[in-house]
Amino acid sequence: MALLEAKGLTKTFGSVTAANDISVSIEEREVIGVIGANGAGKTTFVNMVTGYLKPSAGAILYQGEDITPLSPREITWRGICRSFQVPQVFSSISLSDNLLIALGVAEGERIPFWRPLRQPHLQYAADEIIARYELEQYRGQLVGLLPQGVRKLLDIAMAMAHRPRVILLDEPTSGVSVQEKFGIMDVVMGALHDTGVTVLFIEHDMEIIARFGSRVVAFAEGTIIADGSPQQVLDDPQVRRHVIGETLHRVPHGEEGASDA
Amino acid sequence: MRADRSLLRVLVAFALLAAVGFALPDWAAFLLTLALAKGLVVLGLLVLWRTGLVSFGQALFYGTGGYAVGMLGLYLGVSDIVLLTVVATVLAAAVAALVGLLLARYRDIFFAMLSLAFSMILYGILVKTEALGSTDGFNVIQPTFFGYAPEGATMRLCIYLWTALLVVLAAFGVQRYLTSTMGNLAAAIRDNEIRVEYLGVSVVRVVWVKVIIAGALAGAGGAITAFAVGHVDPDAMTYWTVSGEFVFVTILSGTGNVIAPFVGALLFELIRSFAIQYSPYTWQMVLGTSLLLIILFLPNGLWSLVTRLGKQE
Repeated sequence: MALLEAKGLTKTFGSVTAANDISVSIEEREVIGVIGANGAGKTTFVNMVTGYLKPSAGAILYQGEDITPLSPREITWRGICRSFQVPQVFSSISLSDNLLIALGVAEGERIPFWRPLRQPHLQYAADEIIARYELEQYRGQLVGLLPQGVRKLLDIAMAMAHRPRVILLDEPTSGVSVQEKFGIMDVVMGALHDTGVTVLFIEHDMEIIARFGSRVVAFAEGTIIADGSPQQVLDDPQVRRHVIGETLHRVPHGEEGASDA
Repeated sequence: MRADRSLLRVLVAFALLAAVGFALPDWAAFLLTLALAKGLVVLGLLVLWRTGLVSFGQALFYGTGGYAVGMLGLYLGVSDIVLLTVVATVLAAAVAALVGLLLARYRDIFFAMLSLAFSMILYGILVKTEALGSTDGFNVIQPTFFGYAPEGATMRLCIYLWTALLVVLAAFGVQRYLTSTMGNLAAAIRDNEIRVEYLGVSVVRVVWVKVIIAGALAGAGGAITAFAVGHVDPDAMTYWTVSGEFVFVTILSGTGNVIAPFVGALLFELIRSFAIQYSPYTWQMVLGTSLLLIILFLPNGLWSLVTRLGKQE
């Protein structure tokens, strides 16, 4: 049995079909890279799996259980967490307090209202995460003042505070400079690998996809057009036309080179 | 170890406040009682404020507390101060739990206006209720202390001591709450509700609990005011200007520390008393000017003075 399985997921907003009959099956410990042009339905898919959007049709099975009707909270407690394209962090408090809160509430569904948050074991756990994600120098700083790349890391680290079995990363390197991308992905993927979590990450950079994905799923116009090993998918003619080939279309009109085609 | 030190701190704080009560002249102890009662309500506002919520309707719970004391005396002849305070607080908390079901779903100006609307409903009901004296209100029973029924200045001193005990317990409890996981979610919810939900926490439920805490504190404040003044009426207990005054004191105090609301409330009562005494026709202007000055020079309230002094050392 697959760990996570989407069956015929469809989502329409009025006359727009954001996702059309998406079926995909994810096994334990896979690292799946998701590619596709903007508007191909990648984030819609993640939003449906995490309960933020309810599909118009289809179902999501997690360990055989139908989680389609569950709320994001319930899905979090089941063991599926996510990060966001725009980091969702607490800007007015320090980085270590962000992590402490995430760790504190992950301890149980009954949130303590008397026991102090600053327990030694939680602070120890926060320090471990800070070290693992190489955030030492930002520990006491207000998160609102930190660079995008750091907030992206924090966003992922906070999602991981729940010790999920599946984590969905929505463009973990968007808004980060090209030079920083590989560094951030190395840190993230290293940390995730240690926990044995199953990963699904959305990414536009094909080099990153090829390097970190054990499997690649390509989206176009709301459906999956290819699914397989990175080599297979990245060489697929349809994928090259719909996803990677975007740059080729622009060549006749613009001045951009087609060097990466 | 920890618990012992907390208990010690509570005892020392209470002893200090009690000593102040014995040392002060009668009128000042009365003023201080009213200020502490107001401080309790503002302490509740502090809990909401830190979550990014401003309630313009705390008078609903304050009035519930005050009228609960009055009505229990009027209809059931209950006079024991402990019983009256507990019932008033619980009733205010229950009202908060009820309106909180709706309030907890709103934010910003909508939260403020909805809370104001709820409090004005109570005002409207009380004004129309002849049996409770309509706009005149009615006199509240003289409280007794485990059967002891003091008179005059002794009575006022006893009410003050009871208030001081409640204030110390409330400040300690809220301080403890603010440092807990639940309390720390205040800043988290203010900053980013999406992340809080994705951490598996129901934001609505956390806010609901905060509304109840604030409501209970306001109810206790209302009960004490009823004891101290010996009278309740709709204008003094539930009119929207009463809620506005609580917000005023919150801005004056700042939300940096659980002691701030009491310091702020005392300053407010002092300014108002002296302003009324020395410029009876323009006292509102004196109050308004003081708030303006505070906002201009101490945007984080009086408590920022303490923080600044602490940093200089």
